[in-house]
Amino acid sequence: MTPQLAIFLLLAAVAIAGAVNVILQRHPIHSAISLIVVMVALAGLFLTLESEFIAAIQIIVYAGAIMVLFVFVIMLLNAGAEEPTNMSRMARYAGVPLAIFLLVELGYQIGAATLSWTQQPSAEGVTRGISMLLFQDFVFPFELTSVLILIAILGALVLAQREDGAPSKSGQGEIT
Amino acid sequence: MTETIAQPSFLLVSLVKVVVLLFLVLTAVAYLVWFERKVAAHLQGRWGPYRTGPHGLLQPLADGLKFLLKEDVTPSGADRFLFVVAPFLTMTLAISSIALIPFGPASIHIFGEVTPLVVANVNVGLLILFAITSVGVYGVALSGWSSNSKYSLLGALRSSAQMISYEISLTLSIVGVLLLAGTFNLSELITRQSGHTWGIVPKWNLLSPTLPQILGFFCYFVSAVAETNRAPFDLAEAESELVAGYHTEYSSFKFAMFYLAEYASMITVACLSTILFLGGWLSPFPQTPGLDWTRYLPSALLAIAGLALIIHGVRYLTLFGKFVLPLLGIALCALAFLCSRPNVIFYIQGPFWFLAKVFIVLFVYVWVRWTLPRFRYDQLMRFGWKFLFPLALFNVVLTSLAVVMHK
Repeated sequence: MTPQLAIFLLLAAVAIAGAVNVILQRHPIHSAISLIVVMVALAGLFLTLESEFIAAIQIIVYAGAIMVLFVFVIMLLNAGAEEPTNMSRMARYAGVPLAIFLLVELGYQIGAATLSWTQQPSAEGVTRGISMLLFQDFVFPFELTSVLILIAILGALVLAQREDGAPSKSGQGEIT
Repeated sequence: MTETIAQPSFLLVSLVKVVVLLFLVLTAVAYLVWFERKVAAHLQGRWGPYRTGPHGLLQPLADGLKFLLKEDVTPSGADRFLFVVAPFLTMTLAISSIALIPFGPASIHIFGEVTPLVVANVNVGLLILFAITSVGVYGVALSGWSSNSKYSLLGALRSSAQMISYEISLTLSIVGVLLLAGTFNLSELITRQSGHTWGIVPKWNLLSPTLPQILGFFCYFVSAVAETNRAPFDLAEAESELVAGYHTEYSSFKFAMFYLAEYASMITVACLSTILFLGGWLSPFPQTPGLDWTRYLPSALLAIAGLALIIHGVRYLTLFGKFVLPLLGIALCALAFLCSRPNVIFYIQGPFWFLAKVFIVLFVYVWVRWTLPRFRYDQLMRFGWKFLFPLALFNVVLTSLAVVMHK
């Protein structure tokens, strides 16, 4: 076993353990942190596959931006440990067969797929290639997505505004 | 990377570099605290640490010992696991980012391996650095949340909101430099700034002939101060409102870890501003025969400092100081002599200029902290979102235009 493969397997194990832990933890913050561990392990996996750019972006976007918002919201709402209800107990009976079905399908697909290990272009090539795709070939969907995000931001602003129409003082909604 | 991981000698050399760098960084952090206290005191017409060793030179040691020996208190109702993890996370991230910083152009020989003066020369070094910084928010957020204290929670919320807000202008301020250089590699970023306009003005990104990145540098510096949670952006630690912010409940060595992390990230940010805007390890003087003497500047500076220390030392108040300070002076003079040797002088140039620039940036940092009053929270948010963010964006547009026009 080569060292790369050992590191790859270790990171994969960490990612899976983290993913399982997301469900097993009762407290939302602990689940969120397990999810962050999964993200960082995935970034490590990208690193072993020599995709440094994707690895860095994976951490910056998912661990550094999206999950920060998750943790932030959980902290703001002061959410406590989850309590099982009748519905969530029922989910166990529906969930287990579904999980088994998903596993079987995944296994089948992986078995059927032919995995090819092609040489990746250099990091600069990857960066350039991704930029070319984003800003040339797919510039219209890309810009459309940014408009979509802008609309979402405006929607959030409208929702965060006070009832009497007075704008919030900090310009940041009610974060403080 | 595939080939290099497999070589045991590469691992060994990297390990040696990591250990040496870790030792240097922790020492630098300890004495940066001393330096800040000294500068702050002199700015306010005080003496600063003076009793622990000559000129308080042993103060970092005493502080460290004090932190180690204090009782470690965990507040009741705290989330024990996260309460312990948060300071570790903060310090690990703050220190590990320094592994990406290149300190000089020369290669050194360890165990027959030729290796550059950087622990990890990554192709997307800048992005990895930002990745590490962006994860740093968790240390703040989790420490505040797990403490089970309203002051900590409010401090954590404030400071993570601030860090997220200023991360945008921090990242955008660098896009200008990236447009000029066209690479994420930190070593290459420096080498592309070599050369001089009209033979005298260095082509550093701050003074780039395409478009001087003055706006970018301003945005970067201000956002970096905010990102490291230092005054005038230290609202998380506004003691009149929040006791001490997110680390209110921390004591003993866990508190020391937050403290060390703050100064370690200061060093990283100063290194990064040197690399991105101030030409990194490049000498400000053109490398022409007429200016050959500038290579002896490091030796001259060290020798002057050593001599001054000897003269001052023999007249020092305490016996201990009379003994230690001249000894330090003699060591500096010996170092100066060593640096002027023909086979050493080449190696010393890069690190000298790099560290000199970092030192100047750090001094400005300390200077700003003890000069400007603290922002109010709404002012801080308004400044970040309504002034710095558009300014950084404007800089991106302007630089893109300049780059296109220059082609």
